[in-house]
Amino acid sequence: MAAKARTKKAKSPAWPGEIFKTLKDNDIAQVSYVPDAGHAELIRRCHADNRIKTTRLTTEEEGIALALGAWLGGDRSALLMQSSGVGNCINMLSVIVETRSPLLMLVTMRGEWGEFNPWQIPMGQSTQKSLEDAGMIVYHVDEPAELAETLHAATQIAFNSYRGVAVLIGQRIVGFKDWRK
Amino acid sequence: MAAKKITLNRRDVVSRILKDRGDALLVTGLGSSTWDAAAAGDHANNFYLWGGMGGAAATGLGLARAQPDRRVLVVTGDGEMLMGIGSLATIAVAAPENLAVCVFDNQHYGETGMQDTHTGHGVDLAGMAAAAGFGTTRTVWTKKELEAAVPTLYEQKGPVFVTVKVNTDYVPMILPMRDGTAIRARFREAVLGDKAFD
Repeated sequence: MAAKARTKKAKSPAWPGEIFKTLKDNDIAQVSYVPDAGHAELIRRCHADNRIKTTRLTTEEEGIALALGAWLGGDRSALLMQSSGVGNCINMLSVIVETRSPLLMLVTMRGEWGEFNPWQIPMGQSTQKSLEDAGMIVYHVDEPAELAETLHAATQIAFNSYRGVAVLIGQRIVGFKDWRK
Repeated sequence: MAAKKITLNRRDVVSRILKDRGDALLVTGLGSSTWDAAAAGDHANNFYLWGGMGGAAATGLGLARAQPDRRVLVVTGDGEMLMGIGSLATIAVAAPENLAVCVFDNQHYGETGMQDTHTGHGVDLAGMAAAAGFGTTRTVWTKKELEAAVPTLYEQKGPVFVTVKVNTDYVPMILPMRDGTAIRARFREAVLGDKAFD
């Protein structure tokens, strides 16, 4: 047991499935994403569900505009990205704020808990502040058990109170990237 | 190769295109395209962007995926399209059959002092859309080509991409409503009826 890995291995953690179920329970009809390893399972499930219209993006700000368009047409949507992608979104978030439209962002964090890659630190450390400065309501979750409930609450704020909301999924939940592999 | 002469006036083009709109839903890119749509006549099925540069085509995609039985037309400028150029790849892969993107290409940034955009220096937007996978792409230089292109915007299986080369002649600035919440609320009510307020 001496060599017990400190890295969270979590072969198939429950939380991606819980996120998916929460999205389904809240009638999310469209999902768009720029991939992150932390979202891999969720992305697979969304593509496999023929009642969710899943859109691959080339850059995250497309997803903000897409969410606005979806709402204009009556669809609830969710946008998945890694924290580095938040930096690509800032100006586009203005359309959400100015039109008071819902936006639900699920952001997997890098550059915080135990980060190995120094290049991830700048954006990871300014993710929450950037989103808040741009007018988003932000929830940072570090406990897997709290994720589904927080996402449900965020969904209520987004679609019943018409606001932009970001749920930051802490690197502590996603797990370290194991560079030895 | 001598440059082709651009003769079409953007207001004539927008009037011609929107004359046939029927019940199509329109998203306009910030700046001149939004003023053009306003000049052609305000409409509850118009969603005017006044910001979010680069987002017009992606907004159209989200709308087209939400309303697959309605035709969605995006009208935007060359500078706005260039800023969101990756969305051509995103749209091509999503392959919405009911979406058309029409770029009014005057080869300039009209709102910021008429600086050249890339399209006057060889960048071919319709070529980029074709390379991304749009099934129908056109570049329109003449009235005759415009007449032929208008039905493709509304009837051809999407995604459709049409660039219309327009000149830089002075046109009056016609401003539509600009309160984003009002634009959003009016548009949603037009599309969704009472459900807009659920």
